Amino acid sequence: MTAVDGISFNIDRGERVGIVGESGSGKTMTALSLLRLVPEPGRITKGRILFGERDVVHMTDEEIREYRGADVAMIFQDPMTSLNPVLRVGFQIEEAMAAHRRFTRRQAQERVVPIMKRVRIPAAAQRIRDYPHQFSGGMRQRVMIAMGLSNEPSLLIADEPTTALDVTVQASIIELLRDLSREMGAAVILITHNLSVIASLCDRVIVMYAGRIVEEGPTRAIFKSPQHPYTWSLLRSLPRLDEREHEKLISISGLPPDLSNLPPGCKFHPRCRFRIDRCFKEEPELENVGPGQDARCWVLMRNVTEPEAVKS
Amino acid sequence: MTAVASSAARTDTDATPLIRVENVVKHFAVGSGLIGHAVVHAVDGVDLVVNTGETLGLVGESGCGKSTLGRVIVQLQPATSGHVYFKDVDLTRTRGEKLRRLRQQMQMIFQDPYASLNPRMAVGDIIGEPLHNFGLARGREANKRVQDVMRVCGLNPGFINRYPHEFSGGQRQRIGIARALVLNPSFIVADEPVSALDVSIQAQIVNLMEDLQDRFHLTFLFIAHDLSVVHHMSDRIAVMYLGKIVELGSTAAVRDKPLHPYTKVLQSSVPIPDPDLESSRHPILLTGEIPSPVNPPSACRFHTRCPIAQPICSEVEPPLESNSDGHLAACHFPGKL
Repeated sequence: MTAVDGISFNIDRGERVGIVGESGSGKTMTALSLLRLVPEPGRITKGRILFGERDVVHMTDEEIREYRGADVAMIFQDPMTSLNPVLRVGFQIEEAMAAHRRFTRRQAQERVVPIMKRVRIPAAAQRIRDYPHQFSGGMRQRVMIAMGLSNEPSLLIADEPTTALDVTVQASIIELLRDLSREMGAAVILITHNLSVIASLCDRVIVMYAGRIVEEGPTRAIFKSPQHPYTWSLLRSLPRLDEREHEKLISISGLPPDLSNLPPGCKFHPRCRFRIDRCFKEEPELENVGPGQDARCWVLMRNVTEPEAVKS
Repeated sequence: MTAVASSAARTDTDATPLIRVENVVKHFAVGSGLIGHAVVHAVDGVDLVVNTGETLGLVGESGCGKSTLGRVIVQLQPATSGHVYFKDVDLTRTRGEKLRRLRQQMQMIFQDPYASLNPRMAVGDIIGEPLHNFGLARGREANKRVQDVMRVCGLNPGFINRYPHEFSGGQRQRIGIARALVLNPSFIVADEPVSALDVSIQAQIVNLMEDLQDRFHLTFLFIAHDLSVVHHMSDRIAVMYLGKIVELGSTAAVRDKPLHPYTKVLQSSVPIPDPDLESSRHPILLTGEIPSPVNPPSACRFHTRCPIAQPICSEVEPPLESNSDGHLAACHFPGKL
């Protein structure tokens, strides 16, 4: 099974990139590949992952250990399962630093409280002695972010960091990620199924479907003039808080494809309401469609008149 | 049906109450100690009306009591005190066979399409079970009814003998909806029916529920944490915080002129899929944690986190009262945030 097939992208220093896709689209596998953490029996069979000049795929065990956590940190959806329930929170943040020897034990100890303050955990000096269960979901996610940022990585990968959280808490975590990436100059990759969250945080969007990038570009271009029918339909399938008139949502018929049994041609064609004959047989390449914007489609939305009227 | 006609139908409720909730309280006892046990105030004095043919959205964050309220309304859990009337029959005082008969008219759709279907039962048996339970149809007649409902819900009636694991999440939710519909109910409580589904599938289920409502004149209580979906689905919206309704009004009124500070905070926290709008919007961030429902704050329960709280808010509980045209809020300073 090919979970991710021929993905290429760059992340600039300090840039915030959103990777959006549904379950099985390959977005998490892409992120895990960046850390060479693809779970067994999965493998990276082809390609390069360059961090600066260094190729992550060919790093030695020693090098990859240093790279993970120190250069690139990752935070996950469920902060409770990522924290050790029997160790004090302060100690866990300290350990994250000790693991990389960028700081002495003493320095690491002294950095814990400032880092917790930096992720806006109130009463940080007292709370370092608390255990994870004494923290709420949102505060635990802040602890994870604190651990992630403790070694001052240049890239933070956040995999659905707010999906398990209430909306008011989600808002505060997104604000925090935005502020921290500005303050520390770290690049952020936000992996999510939630396009709205991307609109509020990211400079650039990568849309994935069936293990491929189907569209990529500056956030504004992707939201204002999406060229791939999948992106276009996803945006119109969302109910919006600012909708004035009740309009029927555009739904995408059918299901995401089975990765072990992909259709020929464009992988989205069985669900696409704008498909043409060519889509059934030939898979399009990712091609430039505007300033910094690429799409993998034979049709492109700008060539469709009155797309809302096209029936699926 | 055209878009215009369907939107007209949506607001065309005749405003006769189908469900009336009066001062409903639901407490749960937790733990047991020498001094007695703690009590979770899950629902604490709720008054609510659901009108025939409308969708009432019930929105709030986790732990606010919205699911418990839904379950109490359909009598899946008994209320600690208070009354729930279904067409003027007090369900909380109805027992046995009479209650069982009334239950036919009230059904529920659950959040998790994986957990709410018995994996050992064929889909036809799952959907047909209510018919069997109520002795309404059997054999070929029951099968026909099941296949009709499957078709209506967008399921291939040929799949009647398949098992839940053979279906995707969205199709399973259709099975759950078909099971709720098979008895021809008039009232359906849908508890987070789309939140476990992929984005592209959510719209399918939302559209299906709207179509079914038009077609069968259903009345919905739509419970969700996602304010955008609730806005889209509902004619009126009730906002819940820590066991109480803090605001209630037409969708347009609540959206355009939220009166309770909590409603305003919720709205500001929901991101909109528009980067231009997002760059000018700023969430109102709450300080502190949501208080424990075991020991809720005095008076207005939101006062510990409210950006505009005054001394009176911790002393006198504001009643849920009308400000204009049936737009209610429980706040001493409505519309001031």
